[in-house]
Amino acid sequence: MFLTNTEEIPGKQITRAYGVVSGSTVRAKHAGRDIMAGVKNIFGGELKGYTELLQESRDEAIKRMKAQARQLGANAVVNVRFSTSSVAAGAAEIYVYGTAVSVE
Amino acid sequence: MEVLIQLIFFLILLSAGYLFGKIAEKKHYRSIIERERQWMQIPTSSGRHVFATDKEVQRVRLATGSVVISVDYFKRIVAGLRNIFGGNVQSYETLVDRARREAILRMKESCPKADQIINLRLETSSISKGQKNQVGSVEVLTYGTAVYLSSAPAAKTAKHS
Repeated sequence: MFLTNTEEIPGKQITRAYGVVSGSTVRAKHAGRDIMAGVKNIFGGELKGYTELLQESRDEAIKRMKAQARQLGANAVVNVRFSTSSVAAGAAEIYVYGTAVSVE
Repeated sequence: MEVLIQLIFFLILLSAGYLFGKIAEKKHYRSIIERERQWMQIPTSSGRHVFATDKEVQRVRLATGSVVISVDYFKRIVAGLRNIFGGNVQSYETLVDRARREAILRMKESCPKADQIINLRLETSSISKGQKNQVGSVEVLTYGTAVYLSSAPAAKTAKHS
């Protein structure tokens, strides 16, 4: 499965488009991670727990999008876009969407 | 007496934030500058097309990088004061600058063998927005298309110029 965020795949020809596919995850914060975040809040610096959280949810969202594309019979997703938002206090949503296509 | 204790506690937090925050920021900037020099070999653009090459594209893949960085206590207080007087909030400027550059570096580190990265996009948000006890943290996600070129130049009939 090819993934790109350009309209076309360089060096490949798009033969058929299937429409928009998307995947999303909503993740809540972890209590333990939140305590560490509180400490980091005084000293500043990277919140590793949250970075990991973000990464995991992003991978999960991509996985869901890929599954949807595969179901349609596509072998690539072009024009992929990410979008993050906070749904409620302490919960973050990652939404990824793109156009499922066939390439050769 | 209680007021005094609170004041002392506040001052301790303030000075700890100032000291450790400053050290952490300096260290982070040093590492960013060093790694930026190291990863200069991967040209990155926000344009949509493969640029400045006569080689054929071998394969492409999505590259992503992300980071969450928090601001220290001292800077938060300074930013709070800025809210009264207005003007540039410099303490937050360095925060987002660090976060973005770090995220771009992580993206590059995720595909060390790529020849170039095109269509770079940056997404900034905050996990804990809308919370009362606000964490002054920023979350940056960068993504782009990593392009791997073949080692031989393309035939003269190739579309890429």
